[in-house]
Amino acid sequence: MRDRLIFAGQLLFTIGVAAFLVVPVILSISAGVTVNYFRGIASGVTLQWVAQVWNLYYDTILLSFLIAFATLLVALAVGVPAAYALHTRGGRLSRLIEECITLPIAIPGLAIALALLLTYGGFRSFRASWLFILTGHVIFTMPFMVRSVMAVFATVDVKTLDEGAASLGASPARRFLDVIVPNAAPGILAGALMVVTLSLGEFNLTWMLHTPLTKTLPIGLADSYASMRLEVASAYTLIFFIMIIPLLVAMQMLADQGTRK
Amino acid sequence: MSHRSFVWLCLLPLAVVTAAFFLLPMARLVVVGAEGPQGLAGYLAILTEPRYRATLINTVVLSAATTIVTLAVATIAGMFLQRHRFPGRTVLIAMLTFPLAFPGVVVGFLIILLAGRQGLIGDISSHMFGEKVVFAYSIYGLFLGYLYFSIPRVILTIMAAVQKLDVGLEEAARSLGASPWAVQRDVVLPALAPAFVASGAIAFATAMGAFGTAFTLATNIDVLPMLIYTEFTLAANFATSAALSVGLGVIAWAILALARSLSGSAVAAAG
Repeated sequence: MRDRLIFAGQLLFTIGVAAFLVVPVILSISAGVTVNYFRGIASGVTLQWVAQVWNLYYDTILLSFLIAFATLLVALAVGVPAAYALHTRGGRLSRLIEECITLPIAIPGLAIALALLLTYGGFRSFRASWLFILTGHVIFTMPFMVRSVMAVFATVDVKTLDEGAASLGASPARRFLDVIVPNAAPGILAGALMVVTLSLGEFNLTWMLHTPLTKTLPIGLADSYASMRLEVASAYTLIFFIMIIPLLVAMQMLADQGTRK
Repeated sequence: MSHRSFVWLCLLPLAVVTAAFFLLPMARLVVVGAEGPQGLAGYLAILTEPRYRATLINTVVLSAATTIVTLAVATIAGMFLQRHRFPGRTVLIAMLTFPLAFPGVVVGFLIILLAGRQGLIGDISSHMFGEKVVFAYSIYGLFLGYLYFSIPRVILTIMAAVQKLDVGLEEAARSLGASPWAVQRDVVLPALAPAFVASGAIAFATAMGAFGTAFTLATNIDVLPMLIYTEFTLAANFATSAALSVGLGVIAWAILALARSLSGSAVAAAG
């Protein structure tokens, strides 16, 4: 009896916490498709707010995708070889480099953005282009790619594979592309999903780095929260959820697959 | 090309990108922080200037409260979810973890929908008591927002730690006559301590630097990220904002480094 009571209490508590996290999301989704949120869902269901958001903010959505994929490309091209090098080299210098590139996770984005602005803000055309935001996103997401790939190297015996291919006469570059990269695929995929998800939702850095002509989706969101009616802000948030939730689901599935192995 | 030089070549792009767009700018930030009218003493302003000090204390208290409440909530829920199997469990876990990647701005907006002027809590309270409760734009709203993005992160760490607990120890304690409460206090909670330190540090550091949520909600609450932002953009006070961000960065980094040396596991925060 006592155990049943404890179980019920804990269950209710956990459901309460879940409700705290989920109810606002449901409110937001429903507000985005309601004719008049103040009068409630009874006023009718509509897609006019979603359409209005698309008209007002479609450029922010496109720019966000552009930056997310550019960030991904850089993270792949720079991060994957680096993860391999850090793993094979080992030693104190590699530890130090790893520590160094992990710092942007600990240091608030605001500080990194200020640092970038104070250093490169004077280069007008760079400052005004979306590449300026890209640099911030690359610095912020790089540790996730590198660590995700290194985590796989820790479980796969890369050294033996590498040496095996070398004994067959393959050049270092060939070995890297044909042996190392395919073996690191799960880590690369997990890292890639993380990089795209983080880049799409990045606000702290981006808010400082953007210009009126280089607004990403989260910047547009903040803009709509401050100046638009609740229905429009909600419809915009709904579009963001539709973009981000498949990525989250994919990440979860990948993680589940990893634990089952 | 030898293997050795190939490995160096692999490292080169990362070294260049990190040096040019992270290390150099951070060094510049540290230098600018000391270029104000007070020079190096500008770094002490965060402690000596009453307004900055009050903001710092505000931020630390808010982050500490967030951390403590998050740990308590996540431990109760995480332990329960890991120890029991029942229908709907996976759905519940999914619901508790999916807000993990929501940006701070979105969390701020969700808090407005919950406790803002047209919010759910206000609606319910005005129906029940005839009085509209609105607290989204106060420090309580910010606190709720910080809880919102901390809970998913911490719950995952706690669940993983609970899974690794040795159930035999608890059974041994029980068979020796310990009450359920004593088992929790003397066996389970001490075993979870490293997870508390690791995830608590993440929650604390994230709350210290959280800008998006504060930006959406905090029209008149002083927290450190908002102070830095207003000093930089509205007052164009570059030296002060640089010194304050270096201070904030050092605090966040130190907390995570300390936690890592205490708990011995990898500790990381995000956005």
